[in-house]
Amino acid sequence: MPKLTIDGKEVEADASLNLINAAEQVGVEIPHYCYHPGLSIPGNCRMCLVEVEKAPKLQIACNTRVAEGMVVHTNSAKAKTAQKAVLEFLLINHPIDCPVCDQAGECKLQDYYMDYDQEPSRFPLPEKNRKGKAIDIGAGVMLDQERCILCARCTRFFDEVTKTSELAIFERGDHNRIDIYPGQPVNNNYAGNIVDICPVGALTEKEFRFRMRVWYLHRTASVCGGCERGCSIDIHHHRGRIYRFKPRFNPDVNSYWMCDEGRHSFPGLQNETRLTSPLVQAKDQLVVEPWGEAVRRAASIIADYKRTFGGNSIAVVVDATSTNEEAFALKQFMKTTIGSERIAMLSWSPPGTSGDDELLLRANKNPNTRGLAALGIAGDGLDGLAAAVASGELKMLITFRADLVRALGEQEFVRRFGALDYMLVLSTDANETCQMANQVWPIAAYPEIDGSFTNFKGRVQRIKEAFPPPGNAIAGVEAIARLGKALDGVERPRSADAVFAAMASAEPAFKGMALATLGEHGADLAAS
Amino acid sequence: MERILTRWLDIPDLRKLNVYLDNGGYKALRKALFEMKPEDIINEVKNSNLRGRGGAAFPTGAKWSFIPKDSKKPVYVCVNGDESEPGTFANRYQFENDPHGIIEGIVIACRAVGSHNAYVYLRGEFTVQQRSMDAALAEARAAGYVGKNIMGSGYDVDIWTHKGAGAYICGEESALLESLEGKRGYPRNRPPFPAIVGAFGCPTVVNNIETLSNVPHILNRGADWYKAIGPEKSPGTKLVCLSGHVNKPGLYELPMGTPLREIIYDIGGGILGGKTLKGVIPGGSSFPVLNKEETERAIFDFDSMRAIGSAMGSGVVIVMDEDTCMIDMLLATAHFYHHESCGQCTPCREGTGWIEKIMTEMEAGQGKIEQLELLNNISDNMVGNTICVLADSIAMPVKSYVTKFRGEFEEHIRLGRCPFKNKNGSAQQAA
Repeated sequence: MPKLTIDGKEVEADASLNLINAAEQVGVEIPHYCYHPGLSIPGNCRMCLVEVEKAPKLQIACNTRVAEGMVVHTNSAKAKTAQKAVLEFLLINHPIDCPVCDQAGECKLQDYYMDYDQEPSRFPLPEKNRKGKAIDIGAGVMLDQERCILCARCTRFFDEVTKTSELAIFERGDHNRIDIYPGQPVNNNYAGNIVDICPVGALTEKEFRFRMRVWYLHRTASVCGGCERGCSIDIHHHRGRIYRFKPRFNPDVNSYWMCDEGRHSFPGLQNETRLTSPLVQAKDQLVVEPWGEAVRRAASIIADYKRTFGGNSIAVVVDATSTNEEAFALKQFMKTTIGSERIAMLSWSPPGTSGDDELLLRANKNPNTRGLAALGIAGDGLDGLAAAVASGELKMLITFRADLVRALGEQEFVRRFGALDYMLVLSTDANETCQMANQVWPIAAYPEIDGSFTNFKGRVQRIKEAFPPPGNAIAGVEAIARLGKALDGVERPRSADAVFAAMASAEPAFKGMALATLGEHGADLAAS
Repeated sequence: MERILTRWLDIPDLRKLNVYLDNGGYKALRKALFEMKPEDIINEVKNSNLRGRGGAAFPTGAKWSFIPKDSKKPVYVCVNGDESEPGTFANRYQFENDPHGIIEGIVIACRAVGSHNAYVYLRGEFTVQQRSMDAALAEARAAGYVGKNIMGSGYDVDIWTHKGAGAYICGEESALLESLEGKRGYPRNRPPFPAIVGAFGCPTVVNNIETLSNVPHILNRGADWYKAIGPEKSPGTKLVCLSGHVNKPGLYELPMGTPLREIIYDIGGGILGGKTLKGVIPGGSSFPVLNKEETERAIFDFDSMRAIGSAMGSGVVIVMDEDTCMIDMLLATAHFYHHESCGQCTPCREGTGWIEKIMTEMEAGQGKIEQLELLNNISDNMVGNTICVLADSIAMPVKSYVTKFRGEFEEHIRLGRCPFKNKNGSAQQAA
């Protein structure tokens, strides 16, 4: 690997790296706008000009590969002059409307101006170029051409990643503007990414803009639960509400991107239908009861069935949107506490949903089908359960996140499971299955818990608790632990780390893994 | 002096194939195909010291030698006939009057670099010139000088003409390649250079029309003959585009190294109306302006012009008399580069417009003295900081005008108007 010097620091960097990447390795930031590691290198913004000894003029760091013996200065007088110059040029025709711009707070013009410029304007305000503002270019993206610095990240994304090329640069010189072709709005499932990669306020998200100032948002690393790809994301939230999902770089899963379907899936996690209290059926109505009462009631009924009909009179259906920890805790609970072999997975996608595409999106809308399968929870177990109901062996069903009624349709559900004596439903939302339940327990949605998902390629990735669940809802693992303790008096691990540790020692697929060491990109399941 | 590139002035209808053949046409090509190996051609051109006529003066033989010898990809020859530098009008005459001279040069170049396909890129406005070139190509194809198995040699070269859409920037070789590929005319980052990744991702030579027109003559008469014309390191004749306030403007073929004052006063017949010279734009509008004193000692060849801080560029000489408003000249120049900046790189996209805005105020007498420093500073911030040299092409002239004609700027500011115009804004004679 070539050895070079950047700002007096020695760097040994892979020969394929450019100076921006190499500088990062020694903590030197080279400012840049147009360069994006997931796209081609146009070298147009000129923000990354650096001084390379023996080169006749300043070089753009983005398009300069490391070479043996290279001596680079990113903060020499020449480089600093160029940085200030480029920022001045970028700002002369920029509207500087930060107070009303949604990008404020995460704007590279603001950041770099503070870091590298801080000079007063030498350009008369009334002479700024005027261009189009608040243009709805489709797919939920708004364009402000005056704020645009023409770095062409968005056009390159549509040219190179989605290959849909809806955006182009029109006109010439300082009349240049990004735009769609007349009458042909942006129409692809990855449009949100251009908002992410726009370094300024030119592209903003229609649904997000004007709803929250970005500096109030907290970021929690997580995984998109929209499909079995499990794109790495950051959840941006404030006071228990999610405002947006942003893709998080993961070379092994989603690169820098995520699809719009997943990006816009979060409102479904904070619906008004969220359950906030345990409920019990009384005179054909679900009424609220405290957790203590709810757990005692469920435990005594389970104990009755077990005693009278045996463990196999009780079954659990666990949904493929459950975490590895939840599924493992349920599996252990069924095996050791109930003594039942009846555990089935529900992995379904609503009819009419999107299919696989060539980039990220998958037809299977469950984030953890593979994880449950790795735990030996069969996807075809529902038929066996229905048969057991028909034969009278199966009396009681526990559903975990599984909206069986919606998945099967009410008629089919009644045909197969109508003869059940008792149903305990653990659910985030008041859904159709809750209406059939004897008891309903409110549990946390995935942004509200720690744990992990295993994507369809066997990549195990961490999710983290962004904020607590609403009302009296509790984590699924906690609910299982409470029920188990009420039955056998044994204290179970309640933290995701501890459950994962137990899973890693009991399950070959997770052998040698630990939640804390999954890292931000996750890890592959142990070879099976 | 013997006319070489402008033989058409002595030979009527040289554009026709039979006349071209009667006057030694395609002899050099025969030599290149049957008597010389590709490396012999390259060596002969190297030895001739032929340098690119498009403005950069890069040695042609060296450029050809950069093409990989064992390329698995096809090699292309692209011929730059975008001629759009303000002040240039040489290529258009060549297209109209000596298209076979161009074609012969192209086929020889193809043979030298192992190319079987050449594109002639003409500027958007060259409709007549394209017609002339296409007619000559049809003749040459029918007679077996272009196409399959040229002159029975077994070597194939096809040539296409392609007209741009009228953008100045497409004369820059990498923007030309983008435009040729059907894309927006944006100059490319280098490396990679066109010799490795050029047209359609393949090794490509881009040569100017005038450069290639020299090649048949060099092969016919030898490198030593060529080197003997003009200075040894910058030899040959040059098509000089003389315009502005001279009595006899026009296209002249002159030996390299002709003094500028000889071009203006002897060949051009002196300043129009017996007035005095104020300055000259040499090379093209993108090069530093010369004042009277510099003009009178300037020698017109690549190296001598560089030595006095300007350039020979593409052989332009725009003469300005004493009544020329240099502020207006610079405004016109700034307007051109603002209009023609592709807008890709920040300093050029924003800087060209800023300079034009300041120059508009200056010419209107609304400028301020601090703006002279600002103009210099904007220019410094543009030079060398962009992908191509369009930024330098306005920044260098700006610096030269501000330095050499500072007095005129100051007078505009002091008077609050242009001293060369009356109150109505139209030109007036100086008192």
